[in-house]
Amino acid sequence: MTKLPTWADVGLVPLISLTLAALVSAGVLLAIGQSPMQALSVMVNGALGSSYAWGYTLYYATSFIFTGLAVTVAFHAGLFNIGGEGQAQLGGLGVALVCLALPWPHWTIALVAAMFGAALFGAAWAAIPAYLQAKRGSPIVITTIMFKYIAAALLIYLLVNVLRPDGQMDPASANFPAGAHVPQFQEIPILQGLFQRFGADGLPRLNAEGLPMYQQVPANVTFFIAIAACVLVWVMLWHTRLGYAIRAFGKSEKAAVYAGISPLRIIMIAMLISGALAGLMAINNVMGQAERLVQNSASGAWFIGIAVALMGRNHPLGIFLAAVLFGFLFQGGAALGLETDIPIELRTVVQGLVILFTGALDQMVRMLLGAFFAKKGAT
Amino acid sequence: MAAADLGGRQATAALTSPYAIELKGISKAFGSVQANKDINIAIPRGTIHGIIGENGAGKSTLMSILYGFYRADSGQILVNGAPVTIPDSQSAIRAGIGMVFQHFKLVQNFTVLENVILGAEDGPMLNSSLAKARKILGDLSREYELDVDPDALIENLSVGHQQRVEILKALYRQAEILILDEPTGVLTPDEADHLFRILRGLRDQGKTIVLITHKLREIMETTDNVSVMRRGTMVATVKTTETSPEALAELMVGRKVLLEVVKNPAKSGEIILSVKDLAVKDEHGVTRLKGVSFDIRAGEILGIAGVAGNGQSELLEALGGIAPASGVVVLNGAELPLTGPRANGKARRDAGIAHVPEDRQSLGLIMDFAAWENVAFGYHDDPRYQKNAWLMDNDALRADTAAKMATYDVRPPIPTLAAKSFSGGNQQKLVVAREMDRNPDLLLIGQPTRGVDIGAIEFIHKQIIALRDAGKAVLLVSVELDEIMSLSDRVLVMFDGQIMGERLPAQTNERELGMMMAGMGAK
Repeated sequence: MTKLPTWADVGLVPLISLTLAALVSAGVLLAIGQSPMQALSVMVNGALGSSYAWGYTLYYATSFIFTGLAVTVAFHAGLFNIGGEGQAQLGGLGVALVCLALPWPHWTIALVAAMFGAALFGAAWAAIPAYLQAKRGSPIVITTIMFKYIAAALLIYLLVNVLRPDGQMDPASANFPAGAHVPQFQEIPILQGLFQRFGADGLPRLNAEGLPMYQQVPANVTFFIAIAACVLVWVMLWHTRLGYAIRAFGKSEKAAVYAGISPLRIIMIAMLISGALAGLMAINNVMGQAERLVQNSASGAWFIGIAVALMGRNHPLGIFLAAVLFGFLFQGGAALGLETDIPIELRTVVQGLVILFTGALDQMVRMLLGAFFAKKGAT
Repeated sequence: MAAADLGGRQATAALTSPYAIELKGISKAFGSVQANKDINIAIPRGTIHGIIGENGAGKSTLMSILYGFYRADSGQILVNGAPVTIPDSQSAIRAGIGMVFQHFKLVQNFTVLENVILGAEDGPMLNSSLAKARKILGDLSREYELDVDPDALIENLSVGHQQRVEILKALYRQAEILILDEPTGVLTPDEADHLFRILRGLRDQGKTIVLITHKLREIMETTDNVSVMRRGTMVATVKTTETSPEALAELMVGRKVLLEVVKNPAKSGEIILSVKDLAVKDEHGVTRLKGVSFDIRAGEILGIAGVAGNGQSELLEALGGIAPASGVVVLNGAELPLTGPRANGKARRDAGIAHVPEDRQSLGLIMDFAAWENVAFGYHDDPRYQKNAWLMDNDALRADTAAKMATYDVRPPIPTLAAKSFSGGNQQKLVVAREMDRNPDLLLIGQPTRGVDIGAIEFIHKQIIALRDAGKAVLLVSVELDEIMSLSDRVLVMFDGQIMGERLPAQTNERELGMMMAGMGAK
């Protein structure tokens, strides 16, 4: 097969795949008697059309960046951490325990401590499957899924019997103290202006104290931590000895042993990092948005994370872009459900098509393009 | 496809031309690389025609064009005098061309019979096809010494037998022209001889055989005519009886090549490595290496001869820190741990052992990694490759790779190219560069020239001898007796995990070693 030029490989192929996914999605919409153009405009408007919309899109993207990175680190070691949702849930537990432990004096201190808790709990939940894989060869694909269910059961138990404040009806922890509140986008001075609310007369709306009012969005400082995580993961994988050993092991376990790389060490470290990244997702949704621990806090983000890693070609930059795309689909899909007759389930259909075309069928596009470039090269 | 009975040779148009295959002006480029440049060749019917050239000379590309894997950018293919287009392998089969690949394309858990009819079934029900194939296979095995048990599972067959199945597959599809790509790379000398008997039998029945190889001896012994390729062009086609190995080698490489190894007498010194009762069990608990003992001195090459699979690989893996072992191994006076966490490849490298593994593609290199990443392989903790406590110095690594590529003549000298993009010989040079450049006290080197072209063989042999002359110890494992005989200062013969005896190359011959390799002959 002809090798594609780099720009076509990393730019054109995903673009064509996405276009195909969009075309098939349009076909599905037509088939259920809806207008694709209307759907597209609602999605774009709902996910990108305003700072409010962006606030949601980037919130989702933040979670997907963490889950995508977690999948990627394990993947580079040749491991498929498919049950990372359990690690993310445990990360949420870590965040909750840290946040509820003290009346935190300032959010920065609380954030650092909560990140530590999230990473520690997430890593700990990945450690046992990792050890079983390294020592006994138990496939991580199965054990991490089992651990996902254990995590869910554990969380329900803790929420119902331990963390639930007396008199509260729903299985959730108490609200976190005010000192553990991390700034959301509308509370960050530089970004604040974007979220200012205006009245119908075009004048800024003021609250009772005469101060400007802002749109509430869930996107929060965790977004910047996610970007930093992308950079760190990139440096780790391609510029450190550890990353080198992880990638070498992932390509060939046999050869890694020849080179003196210990499989036990690499499996453990890669899974601990993967689990920690999965756990860190909880900073975004538990600490940054819900501000208390609820059931299924990580729900769904994990499988999108797998798609994000796949579409991002297991590279942090690709993951960032793919995470934003899936954030768009997630938020735009929600807007579809709210503003049109199109059922919200269609969001899943569109996501599925994007995964199908960018992941599974991406080789097809590549082959067709390869033939095209080969022909062009020949003439 | 309807498979008529075997006698039904290619019909009508056939015998108008004396040539089975003619290629006229074939050119093929991959991007900026011109793999084939205006190739012209005519292969007479009923001959064995050798195509020889270094790795990367364009032999495989040419055959892939003939078999429909690639389409030529320009040029014409004539089969039996009639122009044909071969867009895919089905067309090649219809034109009477059969191909036996270097890596077999057999279904491991199918029987021989099932593999033979796969893709050539007569209908949805298999019974009639199987019965017919059984009869044809019987005829073929009688006629050509192609005996294989039709009901054996492929996974239970030796490599030599699997190759026969590939040939049978082609013949069952009524191939008149049989292309074999490096067929002896995986065979023992005995199996190779058998293969050549089969090929001569096929030729005598009027089939045309195209033999792609880089082994001069096979060309000289087997072929009627030989074409030499170099850098994408066909530089010569000659009658085999009118040429010599030296002349062919020169045509292949484009310069004079020394086929004989030149070396001074060994000046051996201190004992570097002392091995006592070294034994290795495989993962199933079977003892593969059954207590071997030997010493290697400084400035000495110890050759281990033997048929593949008689414990040589385990010996290398035990000494290289890959497989746990029992026994005593002393290097420079210090005993090496043979089990536990300190028995690993890195600890052995730190102790002064370099290891060029037998299988460079699955052990010695990460094929998807760039050359510079492979140069760090096993040495990625080396302080020279670190920028600071946290980061590796990838620029230093690339610079070091460029320097090694220049010293060891790795082509193309592009450090960022993936290992899989290099030819076999250049991959091996990359591994040799990495391991030898460390100036190790002991070099373990397995099959140093397997799948390596002549120019590179000469180079690698020179490097091994240079290391010896610098007062280092070398343990050489090779299934090529020529190589063992010409490089080694002493030869140990291994059979069934044991050492059958020791000989000096000057005082033995291939026959004696061959007997010992087969387990005969006492110490």
